[in-house]
Amino acid sequence: MDPEGPVLIEGPVTMRTPDGRSVTSERFVVAVCTCRRSRTYPWCDTSHRRREKAAAPSDDARPEPPCRPGPPGDHNESEESAP
Amino acid sequence: MAYLTGDRTRLPSDDEVRRADPLGDDVQLLLYVLYETHYRGFASVDEDLEWDPALLAVRSAAEQHFLTAVRAETSGDADVAKAVGALLTEPVGDDGTSVSHHLMREARLGQLREYAALRSLYHLKEADPHVWVVPRLRGRAKAAMVAIEYDEFGAGRAEDVHAQLFADLLADLGLDTSYGAYVDVAPAEVLATVNLMSLFGLHRSLRGALVGHFAAVEITSSPGSRRLAQALRRAGAGPAAQRFYDEHVEADAVHEQVVRHEVIGGLLEDEPWLAADVVLGIEATGLLEDRLAAHLLAAWRDGRSALRELPGAPASSPPTTDS
Repeated sequence: MDPEGPVLIEGPVTMRTPDGRSVTSERFVVAVCTCRRSRTYPWCDTSHRRREKAAAPSDDARPEPPCRPGPPGDHNESEESAP
Repeated sequence: MAYLTGDRTRLPSDDEVRRADPLGDDVQLLLYVLYETHYRGFASVDEDLEWDPALLAVRSAAEQHFLTAVRAETSGDADVAKAVGALLTEPVGDDGTSVSHHLMREARLGQLREYAALRSLYHLKEADPHVWVVPRLRGRAKAAMVAIEYDEFGAGRAEDVHAQLFADLLADLGLDTSYGAYVDVAPAEVLATVNLMSLFGLHRSLRGALVGHFAAVEITSSPGSRRLAQALRRAGAGPAAQRFYDEHVEADAVHEQVVRHEVIGGLLEDEPWLAADVVLGIEATGLLEDRLAAHLLAAWRDGRSALRELPGAPASSPPTTDS
């Protein structure tokens, strides 16, 4: 197991999130987020990965908003802005 | 193509193949067309030409030329942990070379449609050449590889086959969903990304590189897919277009873990001497993806189409289903 990464559980997996929703993943293996940074919590979306500053940011580059550890279920669309 | 359809013209000699740019239009289109005979073929082409000795000889010359060029631009290292580690670090922000960052920031439907049309060459074959490695693996690596492929092929449900999800995305964007629809407008940079996986998939001797290719795709897919799903949402694309990339965020977060620990781990436990080939597969994938990204971004930043211009028809936008 990757100390920073998800817990891998043989699927299908049903989880009840802290806000009371019941979510199911039918996949053969399910990666359950442990870092709480996932935007698809409780499933891993690789947000645990080590992040490095981009080498040579271009002028129009905009840094990605930080991943805020916070209450799970609160991360969806956190980068989304109105069209 | 004239040779394939029976109007036999002379095939290029080994020398002619070697004099051509290994990553250029002629070599890449030649490989693409010859590889296609191993997938779904062409309506007007005799299926037995898949194993035509003269065509296989030309293909072999082109493959050697292509592979030599790719090897020359990769490290030759055998340090798999280092190569995988490099993929696991997500750059913060945009260094100006990432297509998914560009598309997320600009969220322009025209560019997203071009991207989808060009990627259709890859995604409508998604996971197909990776099946060819299965008989060449055993034990842990084989079981894990097949489990991931089962997921890629919809886990028993035709409507969930990833290539079908991509066809749904194309339809949502008003693009042609038929297999091979955009080959004619694909530049060499696009053809090369597909040819690489066909090359690795068709040669048992390159099984390590095929596993490396698969790992590189699965490891880098989740963050990029998240940005593309967001770009499509912002650009107002339909639900099927978003679903393809949403599915890949979650699926590939799992596949990444399984491919690293079980497929690569299992393969190298069995055949540790393949480590350099796994690194070759990882680095070659990155190399050709970077070339494609540079082509797309250069075209879009100049306000040009990234599609190949067809004779007589300026390629301003991908042809649609009703054009």
